[in-house]
Amino acid sequence: MAEASYPEDLLYHPEHDWARVDGEEATFGITWYAQDQLGEVVFFDPPAVGTAVTKDEPYAEVESVKAVSDVFAPLSGEIVAVNDDLGDKPEVINDDPYGAGWMVRIRMSDTAEADALMDQAAYTQSLS
Amino acid sequence: MAASPETLRRTPLYDRHEAAGAKLVPFAGWEMPVQYTGIRDEHQAVRTDVGMFDVSHMGQIETRGRDAAGLLQRLLSNDVRKIPEGGAQYSVLCREDGGILDDLFTYRLAEEHFLTVTNAANHRGDFDWFARHAGDFDADVVDRADDYAMLAVQGPRAPELVRSLSDGRVPARFHCCQRTLAGVPMLVCRTGYTGEDGVELLIDPDRAPQVWDALVEAGATPAGLGSRDTLRLEVCFPLYGNDLSTDRGPIEASLGWCCKEATGFIGSEAVARTREGGPREKLAPFVIDGPGIPRQGNPVVGGGEVTSGTMSPSLGVGIGMAYLPVDRTEPGTRIEIDVRGRTRDGIVKKKPLYSKEA
Repeated sequence: MAEASYPEDLLYHPEHDWARVDGEEATFGITWYAQDQLGEVVFFDPPAVGTAVTKDEPYAEVESVKAVSDVFAPLSGEIVAVNDDLGDKPEVINDDPYGAGWMVRIRMSDTAEADALMDQAAYTQSLS
Repeated sequence: MAASPETLRRTPLYDRHEAAGAKLVPFAGWEMPVQYTGIRDEHQAVRTDVGMFDVSHMGQIETRGRDAAGLLQRLLSNDVRKIPEGGAQYSVLCREDGGILDDLFTYRLAEEHFLTVTNAANHRGDFDWFARHAGDFDADVVDRADDYAMLAVQGPRAPELVRSLSDGRVPARFHCCQRTLAGVPMLVCRTGYTGEDGVELLIDPDRAPQVWDALVEAGATPAGLGSRDTLRLEVCFPLYGNDLSTDRGPIEASLGWCCKEATGFIGSEAVARTREGGPREKLAPFVIDGPGIPRQGNPVVGGGEVTSGTMSPSLGVGIGMAYLPVDRTEPGTRIEIDVRGRTRDGIVKKKPLYSKEA
Protein backbone atom coordinates (compact mmCIF):
# COMPACT_ATOMS: atom_id res chain seq x y z
CA MET A 1 0.00 0.00 0.00
CA ALA A 2 1.31 3.39 -0.94
CA GLU A 3 0.04 5.37 2.07
CA ALA A 4 1.25 4.89 5.62
CA SER A 5 -1.31 3.24 7.88
CA TYR A 6 -1.32 1.80 11.38
CA PRO A 7 -4.53 0.00 12.36
CA GLU A 8 -6.01 0.74 15.76
CA ASP A 9 -6.68 -2.88 16.67
CA LEU A 10 -2.99 -3.86 16.69
CA LEU A 11 -0.21 -3.71 19.25
CA TYR A 12 3.19 -2.46 18.17
CA HIS A 13 6.80 -3.31 18.99
CA PRO A 14 9.61 -0.72 18.74
CA GLU A 15 11.38 -2.87 16.11
CA HIS A 16 8.39 -2.10 13.83
CA ASP A 17 6.53 -5.35 14.25
CA TRP A 18 2.84 -5.71 15.01
CA ALA A 19 0.81 -8.26 16.96
CA ARG A 20 -2.91 -8.96 16.67
CA VAL A 21 -3.93 -10.63 19.93
CA ASP A 22 -6.89 -12.98 19.84
CA GLY A 23 -7.40 -14.83 23.14
CA GLU A 24 -4.34 -16.99 23.77
CA GLU A 25 -3.05 -16.58 20.23
CA ALA A 26 -1.37 -13.71 18.47
CA THR A 27 -0.57 -13.05 14.80
CA PHE A 28 2.65 -11.21 13.85
CA GLY A 29 3.77 -9.13 10.93
CA ILE A 30 5.82 -6.03 10.14
CA THR A 31 4.47 -2.51 10.05
CA TRP A 32 3.96 -0.23 7.08
CA TYR A 33 7.01 1.72 8.22
CA ALA A 34 9.16 -1.43 8.29
CA GLN A 35 8.19 -2.54 4.80
CA ASP A 36 8.68 0.99 3.47
CA GLN A 37 12.18 1.13 4.94
CA LEU A 38 13.02 -2.26 3.48
CA GLY A 39 11.75 -1.59 0.00
CA GLU A 40 10.50 -4.40 -2.18
CA VAL A 41 10.52 -7.64 -0.23
CA VAL A 42 11.86 -10.50 -2.32
CA PHE A 43 12.33 -13.28 0.20
CA PHE A 44 10.80 -14.42 3.46
CA ASP A 45 12.13 -17.48 5.20
CA PRO A 46 9.61 -18.52 7.85
CA PRO A 47 10.51 -20.57 10.91
CA ALA A 48 8.90 -23.99 11.38
CA VAL A 49 5.63 -24.56 13.20
CA GLY A 50 6.46 -25.59 16.77
CA THR A 51 9.44 -23.23 17.06
CA ALA A 52 9.56 -21.19 20.27
CA VAL A 53 9.83 -17.44 19.86
CA THR A 54 10.93 -14.97 22.52
CA LYS A 55 9.75 -11.40 22.88
CA ASP A 56 12.31 -8.91 21.54
CA GLU A 57 14.29 -11.66 19.79
CA PRO A 58 14.49 -12.24 16.00
CA TYR A 59 12.41 -15.18 14.73
CA ALA A 60 12.74 -14.82 10.96
CA GLU A 61 14.47 -12.88 8.22
CA VAL A 62 12.96 -10.80 5.53
CA GLU A 63 14.98 -9.69 2.53
CA SER A 64 14.55 -6.87 0.12
CA VAL A 65 16.57 -6.55 -3.05
CA LYS A 66 19.17 -4.58 -1.12
CA ALA A 67 19.27 -5.95 2.36
CA VAL A 68 18.47 -8.57 4.94
CA SER A 69 16.54 -7.62 8.03
CA ASP A 70 15.64 -9.52 11.18
CA VAL A 71 12.00 -9.80 12.14
CA PHE A 72 11.48 -9.49 15.90
CA ALA A 73 8.90 -11.27 18.00
CA PRO A 74 6.69 -8.75 19.79
CA LEU A 75 5.55 -11.50 22.20
CA SER A 76 6.78 -14.91 23.44
CA GLY A 77 5.25 -18.28 22.67
CA GLU A 78 5.22 -21.18 20.24
CA ILE A 79 4.52 -20.91 16.53
CA VAL A 80 1.25 -22.62 15.59
CA ALA A 81 0.97 -21.42 11.98
CA VAL A 82 3.15 -19.78 9.34
CA ASN A 83 2.05 -17.92 6.24
CA ASP A 84 3.28 -20.29 3.54
CA ASP A 85 1.92 -18.04 0.77
CA LEU A 86 4.78 -15.61 1.41
CA GLY A 87 7.24 -18.13 -0.02
CA ASP A 88 5.90 -17.56 -3.53
CA LYS A 89 4.62 -14.04 -3.08
CA PRO A 90 6.81 -12.19 -0.56
CA GLU A 91 5.76 -8.88 -2.17
CA VAL A 92 2.44 -9.27 -0.34
CA ILE A 93 4.36 -8.03 2.72
CA ASN A 94 4.62 -4.68 0.92
CA ASP A 95 1.14 -4.73 -0.58
CA ASP A 96 -0.83 -5.75 2.48
CA PRO A 97 1.39 -5.77 5.60
CA TYR A 98 -1.52 -6.14 8.06
CA GLY A 99 -3.59 -8.63 6.09
CA ALA A 100 -2.28 -11.15 3.57
CA GLY A 101 1.26 -10.18 4.60
CA TRP A 102 0.98 -11.71 8.08
CA MET A 103 3.97 -13.88 8.97
CA VAL A 104 3.29 -16.27 11.85
CA ARG A 105 0.70 -17.03 14.50
CA ILE A 106 1.79 -18.09 17.98
CA ARG A 107 0.26 -19.44 21.15
CA MET A 108 1.36 -16.98 23.78
CA SER A 109 3.31 -18.23 26.79
CA ASP A 110 2.60 -15.08 28.83
CA THR A 111 -0.38 -12.98 27.80
CA ALA A 112 0.69 -10.24 30.25
CA GLU A 113 3.61 -9.43 27.94
CA ALA A 114 1.15 -7.64 25.67
CA ASP A 115 0.87 -4.85 28.22
CA ALA A 116 4.42 -3.76 27.37
CA LEU A 117 3.60 -3.14 23.69
CA MET A 118 2.52 0.19 22.23
CA ASP A 119 -0.92 1.01 20.99
CA GLN A 120 -1.43 2.76 17.66
CA ALA A 121 -1.19 6.26 19.14
CA ALA A 122 2.06 5.52 20.97
CA TYR A 123 3.60 3.81 17.96
CA THR A 124 2.76 6.57 15.48
CA GLN A 125 4.10 9.04 18.03
CA SER A 126 7.37 7.06 18.13
CA LEU A 127 7.74 7.40 14.37
CA SER A 128 7.42 11.15 14.27
CA MET B 1 29.75 3.31 10.01
CA ALA B 2 28.35 5.88 7.63
CA ALA B 3 29.43 9.46 7.93
CA SER B 4 26.99 11.79 9.63
CA PRO B 5 24.55 13.52 7.27
CA GLU B 6 26.26 16.90 7.74
CA THR B 7 29.43 15.66 6.12
CA LEU B 8 27.76 13.98 3.13
CA ARG B 9 28.16 15.66 -0.24
CA ARG B 10 25.22 16.31 -2.52
CA THR B 11 25.19 16.22 -6.31
CA PRO B 12 23.76 19.16 -8.30
CA LEU B 13 20.67 16.97 -8.86
CA TYR B 14 19.86 16.54 -5.18
CA ASP B 15 16.73 18.70 -5.42
CA ARG B 16 15.50 16.68 -8.39
CA HIS B 17 15.93 13.46 -6.42
CA GLU B 18 14.02 14.83 -3.45
CA ALA B 19 11.23 16.10 -5.68
CA ALA B 20 11.00 12.70 -7.39
CA GLY B 21 10.52 11.01 -4.01
CA ALA B 22 13.89 9.25 -3.95
CA LYS B 23 15.13 7.34 -0.92
CA LEU B 24 18.53 8.90 -0.28
CA VAL B 25 21.31 6.94 1.38
CA PRO B 26 24.96 7.57 2.23
CA PHE B 27 27.25 6.12 -0.44
CA ALA B 28 31.01 6.71 -0.63
CA GLY B 29 30.63 10.02 1.22
CA TRP B 30 27.70 11.20 -0.89
CA GLU B 31 23.99 11.33 -0.30
CA MET B 32 22.70 9.35 -3.27
CA PRO B 33 19.32 8.05 -4.46
CA VAL B 34 19.03 4.30 -3.90
CA GLN B 35 15.59 4.13 -5.49
CA TYR B 36 12.65 6.30 -6.56
CA THR B 37 9.55 4.13 -7.10
CA GLY B 38 11.20 0.75 -6.58
CA ILE B 39 14.29 -1.20 -7.57
CA ARG B 40 12.45 -3.71 -9.72
CA ASP B 41 10.55 -1.12 -11.76
CA GLU B 42 13.72 0.87 -12.32
CA HIS B 43 15.65 -2.28 -13.24
CA GLN B 44 12.95 -3.21 -15.72
CA ALA B 45 12.90 0.31 -17.23
CA VAL B 46 16.60 -0.02 -18.03
CA ARG B 47 16.28 -3.56 -19.43
CA THR B 48 13.33 -2.75 -21.68
CA ASP B 49 13.16 1.02 -22.22
CA VAL B 50 15.39 3.76 -20.81
CA GLY B 51 16.50 4.64 -17.30
CA MET B 52 18.69 7.44 -16.03
CA PHE B 53 21.17 7.41 -13.15
CA ASP B 54 22.81 10.36 -11.44
CA VAL B 55 26.41 9.19 -11.08
CA SER B 56 27.84 12.61 -10.31
CA HIS B 57 29.60 11.14 -7.29
CA MET B 58 32.11 9.57 -9.68
CA GLY B 59 35.37 11.44 -10.16
CA GLN B 60 37.34 12.54 -13.21
CA ILE B 61 41.06 12.96 -13.76
CA GLU B 62 42.31 14.83 -16.78
CA THR B 63 45.69 13.89 -18.22
CA ARG B 64 47.18 16.05 -20.94
CA GLY B 65 50.52 16.88 -22.48
CA ARG B 66 53.04 15.56 -24.93
CA ASP B 67 53.55 12.36 -22.97
CA ALA B 68 50.03 11.94 -21.56
CA ALA B 69 49.68 8.56 -23.27
CA GLY B 70 53.03 7.49 -21.85
CA LEU B 71 51.98 8.32 -18.30
CA LEU B 72 48.66 6.50 -18.64
CA GLN B 73 50.41 3.53 -20.23
CA ARG B 74 52.52 3.31 -17.08
CA LEU B 75 49.48 3.60 -14.77
CA LEU B 76 46.69 1.70 -16.51
CA SER B 77 46.65 -2.02 -17.21
CA ASN B 78 45.29 -1.85 -20.75
CA ASP B 79 47.10 -0.73 -23.89
CA VAL B 80 46.34 2.98 -23.79
CA ARG B 81 48.06 3.59 -27.13
CA LYS B 82 45.34 1.54 -28.79
CA ILE B 83 42.62 4.05 -27.82
CA PRO B 84 41.78 6.09 -30.90
CA GLU B 85 40.92 9.78 -30.60
CA GLY B 86 37.33 9.82 -29.44
CA GLY B 87 37.69 6.28 -28.09
CA ALA B 88 37.10 4.74 -24.65
CA GLN B 89 38.82 1.90 -22.85
CA TYR B 90 38.37 -0.04 -19.61
CA SER B 91 41.35 -0.84 -17.42
CA VAL B 92 42.44 -1.35 -13.84
CA LEU B 93 44.92 0.68 -11.82
CA CYS B 94 47.33 -1.60 -9.94
CA ARG B 95 49.92 -1.32 -7.24
CA GLU B 96 53.36 -2.85 -7.78
CA ASP B 97 52.13 -6.09 -6.19
CA GLY B 98 49.18 -6.24 -8.61
CA GLY B 99 46.56 -5.29 -5.98
CA ILE B 100 43.76 -3.33 -7.65
CA LEU B 101 43.48 0.33 -6.67
CA ASP B 102 40.52 1.04 -8.95
CA ASP B 103 38.79 0.08 -12.17
CA LEU B 104 38.33 2.87 -14.65
CA PHE B 105 37.12 4.04 -18.03
CA THR B 106 39.50 6.32 -19.91
CA TYR B 107 38.35 8.52 -22.79
CA ARG B 108 40.79 9.89 -25.33
CA LEU B 109 39.47 13.36 -26.12
CA ALA B 110 42.42 14.23 -28.37
CA GLU B 111 45.84 12.83 -29.23
CA GLU B 112 47.40 14.25 -26.05
CA HIS B 113 44.29 14.69 -23.92
CA PHE B 114 42.56 12.03 -21.78
CA LEU B 115 39.79 11.92 -19.21
CA THR B 116 39.65 9.03 -16.73
CA VAL B 117 36.52 8.33 -14.66
CA THR B 118 37.14 7.07 -11.12
CA ASN B 119 35.01 5.43 -8.46
CA ALA B 120 33.91 8.00 -5.87
CA ALA B 121 35.48 6.21 -2.90
CA ASN B 122 38.83 5.89 -4.70
CA HIS B 123 39.00 9.25 -6.42
CA ARG B 124 41.31 11.00 -3.96
CA GLY B 125 43.71 8.06 -3.82
CA ASP B 126 43.67 7.62 -7.59
CA PHE B 127 44.44 11.27 -8.18
CA ASP B 128 47.33 11.20 -5.70
CA TRP B 129 48.65 8.07 -7.43
CA PHE B 130 48.42 9.74 -10.85
CA ALA B 131 50.08 12.90 -9.54
CA ARG B 132 52.87 10.99 -7.80
CA HIS B 133 53.88 9.26 -11.03
CA ALA B 134 53.36 12.21 -13.35
CA GLY B 135 56.78 13.69 -12.54
CA ASP B 136 58.55 11.18 -14.77
CA PHE B 137 56.52 12.28 -17.80
CA ASP B 138 55.87 15.41 -19.79
CA ALA B 139 52.21 15.41 -18.77
CA ASP B 140 49.88 17.25 -16.41
CA VAL B 141 47.19 15.62 -14.33
CA VAL B 142 44.27 17.70 -13.12
CA ASP B 143 41.58 16.76 -10.63
CA ARG B 144 38.34 17.50 -12.51
CA ALA B 145 35.88 15.83 -10.13
CA ASP B 146 34.25 19.15 -9.21
CA ASP B 147 33.88 20.18 -12.84
CA TYR B 148 31.52 17.45 -13.97
CA ALA B 149 28.10 16.15 -13.14
CA MET B 150 27.56 12.75 -14.70
CA LEU B 151 24.38 11.07 -15.93
CA ALA B 152 24.14 7.50 -17.21
CA VAL B 153 21.23 7.11 -19.65
CA GLN B 154 20.84 3.40 -20.19
CA GLY B 155 18.51 1.00 -21.92
CA PRO B 156 17.61 -0.18 -25.43
CA ARG B 157 15.85 3.09 -26.21
CA ALA B 158 18.56 5.33 -24.68
CA PRO B 159 20.53 6.15 -27.87
CA GLU B 160 17.37 7.13 -29.74
CA LEU B 161 16.13 9.27 -26.85
CA VAL B 162 19.49 11.04 -26.48
CA ARG B 163 19.68 11.54 -30.24
CA SER B 164 16.27 13.22 -30.22
CA LEU B 165 17.57 15.92 -27.82
CA SER B 166 20.98 16.27 -29.39
CA ASP B 167 22.58 18.31 -32.16
CA GLY B 168 24.24 15.29 -33.75
CA ARG B 169 24.61 11.54 -33.90
CA VAL B 170 25.28 9.49 -30.81
CA PRO B 171 28.86 8.16 -30.83
CA ALA B 172 29.52 4.49 -31.60
CA ARG B 173 30.03 1.92 -28.81
CA PHE B 174 33.14 2.73 -26.72
CA HIS B 175 33.46 6.14 -28.31
CA CYS B 176 32.78 9.66 -27.10
CA CYS B 177 32.22 13.06 -28.64
CA GLN B 178 31.24 16.60 -27.80
CA ARG B 179 27.52 17.33 -28.31
CA THR B 180 24.91 19.86 -27.30
CA LEU B 181 21.95 18.23 -25.64
CA ALA B 182 18.90 20.18 -24.50
CA GLY B 183 20.94 23.32 -25.16
CA VAL B 184 23.83 22.22 -22.94
CA PRO B 185 27.28 21.33 -24.31
CA MET B 186 28.63 18.08 -22.91
CA LEU B 187 30.75 15.01 -23.49
CA VAL B 188 28.59 12.09 -24.67
CA CYS B 189 30.17 8.65 -24.12
CA ARG B 190 28.73 5.38 -25.43
CA THR B 191 29.58 3.44 -22.29
CA GLY B 192 27.73 2.18 -19.23
CA TYR B 193 27.48 -0.23 -16.35
CA THR B 194 24.18 -2.01 -16.94
CA GLY B 195 24.75 -4.45 -19.80
CA GLU B 196 22.36 -2.40 -21.93
CA ASP B 197 23.10 0.04 -24.71
CA GLY B 198 23.30 3.63 -23.55
CA VAL B 199 25.43 6.66 -22.91
CA GLU B 200 27.13 8.47 -20.08
CA LEU B 201 26.98 12.26 -20.14
CA LEU B 202 29.62 14.51 -18.58
CA ILE B 203 28.09 17.91 -17.93
CA ASP B 204 28.83 21.26 -16.32
CA PRO B 205 27.32 20.78 -12.81
CA ASP B 206 25.43 24.07 -12.97
CA ARG B 207 23.57 22.96 -16.07
CA ALA B 208 22.96 19.34 -15.10
CA PRO B 209 19.45 19.97 -13.69
CA GLN B 210 18.33 21.37 -17.04
CA VAL B 211 19.57 18.22 -18.80
CA TRP B 212 17.93 15.98 -16.19
CA ASP B 213 14.60 17.76 -16.72
CA ALA B 214 14.82 17.40 -20.49
CA LEU B 215 15.58 13.68 -20.22
CA VAL B 216 12.68 13.12 -17.81
CA GLU B 217 10.44 15.08 -20.16
CA ALA B 218 11.57 12.87 -23.05
CA GLY B 219 10.62 9.73 -21.10
CA ALA B 220 13.71 8.56 -19.22
CA THR B 221 12.87 6.84 -15.91
CA PRO B 222 14.97 8.02 -12.95
CA ALA B 223 16.79 5.00 -11.51
CA GLY B 224 18.82 4.68 -8.33
CA LEU B 225 21.90 2.90 -7.10
CA GLY B 226 19.78 -0.10 -6.07
CA SER B 227 18.92 -1.03 -9.64
CA ARG B 228 22.36 -0.01 -10.83
CA ASP B 229 23.68 -2.79 -8.59
CA THR B 230 21.20 -5.47 -9.71
CA LEU B 231 21.75 -4.54 -13.37
CA ARG B 232 25.54 -4.71 -13.20
CA LEU B 233 25.55 -7.94 -11.21
CA GLU B 234 23.27 -9.71 -13.71
CA VAL B 235 25.87 -9.03 -16.38
CA CYS B 236 28.81 -9.72 -14.00
CA PHE B 237 30.48 -6.31 -14.05
CA PRO B 238 32.67 -6.16 -10.94
CA LEU B 239 32.09 -3.46 -8.33
CA TYR B 240 35.08 -1.91 -6.59
CA GLY B 241 34.82 -2.41 -2.84
CA ASN B 242 32.82 -5.61 -3.32
CA ASP B 243 34.51 -7.68 -6.00
CA LEU B 244 37.68 -5.66 -6.44
CA SER B 245 40.18 -4.53 -3.82
CA THR B 246 43.89 -4.19 -3.19
CA ASP B 247 43.83 -7.70 -1.68
CA ARG B 248 43.51 -9.35 -5.07
CA GLY B 249 44.88 -8.76 -8.54
CA PRO B 250 43.20 -8.56 -11.94
CA ILE B 251 43.90 -12.20 -12.86
CA GLU B 252 42.07 -13.34 -9.72
CA ALA B 253 39.29 -10.86 -10.56
CA SER B 254 38.90 -12.42 -14.05
CA LEU B 255 40.04 -9.11 -15.55
CA GLY B 256 43.09 -10.52 -17.31
CA TRP B 257 41.51 -9.46 -20.61
CA CYS B 258 42.16 -5.79 -19.84
CA CYS B 259 45.78 -6.33 -18.74
CA LYS B 260 48.50 -5.99 -21.35
CA GLU B 261 51.65 -6.79 -19.39
CA ALA B 262 53.90 -6.04 -22.39
CA THR B 263 53.15 -2.33 -21.86
CA GLY B 264 55.07 -2.40 -18.57
CA PHE B 265 52.34 -0.84 -16.44
CA ILE B 266 52.86 -0.64 -12.68
CA GLY B 267 52.01 -4.09 -11.38
CA SER B 268 52.55 -5.79 -14.77
CA GLU B 269 55.31 -8.06 -13.42
CA ALA B 270 53.10 -9.32 -10.60
CA VAL B 271 50.20 -9.77 -13.02
CA ALA B 272 52.44 -11.66 -15.48
CA ARG B 273 53.64 -13.98 -12.71
CA THR B 274 50.09 -14.79 -11.63
CA ARG B 275 48.94 -15.29 -15.21
CA GLU B 276 51.92 -17.58 -15.84
CA GLY B 277 51.72 -19.59 -12.62
CA GLY B 278 47.93 -19.61 -12.46
CA PRO B 279 45.93 -17.93 -9.68
CA ARG B 280 44.89 -19.81 -6.57
CA GLU B 281 41.36 -18.43 -6.76
CA LYS B 282 39.20 -16.63 -9.30
CA LEU B 283 36.07 -14.52 -9.33
CA ALA B 284 33.19 -16.51 -10.81
CA PRO B 285 29.46 -15.85 -11.20
CA PHE B 286 26.88 -18.26 -9.83
CA VAL B 287 23.15 -18.69 -9.39
CA ILE B 288 21.37 -20.15 -6.39
CA ASP B 289 19.53 -23.38 -7.08
CA GLY B 290 16.49 -23.09 -4.81
CA PRO B 291 15.55 -20.49 -2.22
CA GLY B 292 17.86 -17.95 -0.61
CA ILE B 293 19.77 -14.84 -1.56
CA PRO B 294 23.55 -14.78 -1.31
CA ARG B 295 25.13 -11.66 0.14
CA GLN B 296 28.56 -10.07 0.26
CA GLY B 297 30.70 -11.83 2.85
CA ASN B 298 28.90 -15.19 2.81
CA PRO B 299 31.51 -17.98 3.00
CA VAL B 300 31.57 -20.70 0.36
CA VAL B 301 31.74 -24.16 1.92
CA GLY B 302 35.17 -25.66 1.27
CA GLY B 303 36.81 -22.30 0.53
CA GLY B 304 35.92 -19.04 -1.08
CA GLU B 305 33.80 -16.01 -0.41
CA VAL B 306 30.82 -14.26 -1.95
CA THR B 307 31.75 -10.67 -2.85
CA SER B 308 28.42 -9.61 -4.40
CA GLY B 309 24.98 -11.11 -4.11
CA THR B 310 21.40 -10.12 -4.69
CA MET B 311 18.02 -11.28 -5.92
CA SER B 312 18.09 -10.99 -9.71
CA PRO B 313 15.01 -9.08 -10.87
CA SER B 314 15.38 -10.47 -14.41
CA LEU B 315 15.99 -14.11 -13.47
CA GLY B 316 13.94 -14.28 -10.26
CA VAL B 317 16.65 -16.16 -8.35
CA GLY B 318 19.52 -15.34 -6.05
CA ILE B 319 22.72 -14.56 -7.97
CA GLY B 320 26.22 -13.53 -7.06
CA MET B 321 29.91 -13.54 -7.68
CA ALA B 322 32.42 -15.32 -5.47
CA TYR B 323 36.14 -15.86 -5.27
CA LEU B 324 36.47 -19.64 -5.57
CA PRO B 325 39.41 -22.05 -5.57
CA VAL B 326 40.39 -22.19 -9.23
CA ASP B 327 39.47 -25.87 -9.64
CA ARG B 328 35.88 -24.99 -8.74
CA THR B 329 35.34 -22.12 -11.18
CA GLU B 330 34.35 -24.25 -14.18
CA PRO B 331 30.75 -23.45 -15.27
CA GLY B 332 28.41 -26.15 -14.01
CA THR B 333 30.37 -26.76 -10.79
CA ARG B 334 28.05 -27.09 -7.81
CA ILE B 335 28.93 -25.05 -4.74
CA GLU B 336 27.42 -24.56 -1.30
CA ILE B 337 27.13 -21.15 0.26
CA ASP B 338 26.71 -20.46 3.94
CA VAL B 339 24.00 -17.81 4.00
CA ARG B 340 23.87 -16.79 7.66
CA GLY B 341 24.01 -20.36 8.89
CA ARG B 342 21.81 -21.91 6.18
CA THR B 343 23.50 -23.87 3.41
CA ARG B 344 22.28 -22.81 -0.03
CA ASP B 345 23.12 -24.65 -3.24
CA GLY B 346 24.69 -22.74 -6.07
CA ILE B 347 25.85 -23.49 -9.60
CA VAL B 348 28.84 -21.73 -11.17
CA LYS B 349 27.86 -20.11 -14.47
CA LYS B 350 29.47 -18.48 -17.45
CA LYS B 351 29.20 -14.73 -17.59
CA PRO B 352 26.93 -12.92 -18.16
CA LEU B 353 24.24 -14.40 -15.92
CA TYR B 354 21.63 -12.47 -17.88
CA SER B 355 21.54 -11.79 -21.60
CA LYS B 356 18.76 -10.70 -23.93
CA GLU B 357 18.77 -14.06 -25.75
CA ALA B 358 18.41 -16.04 -22.51
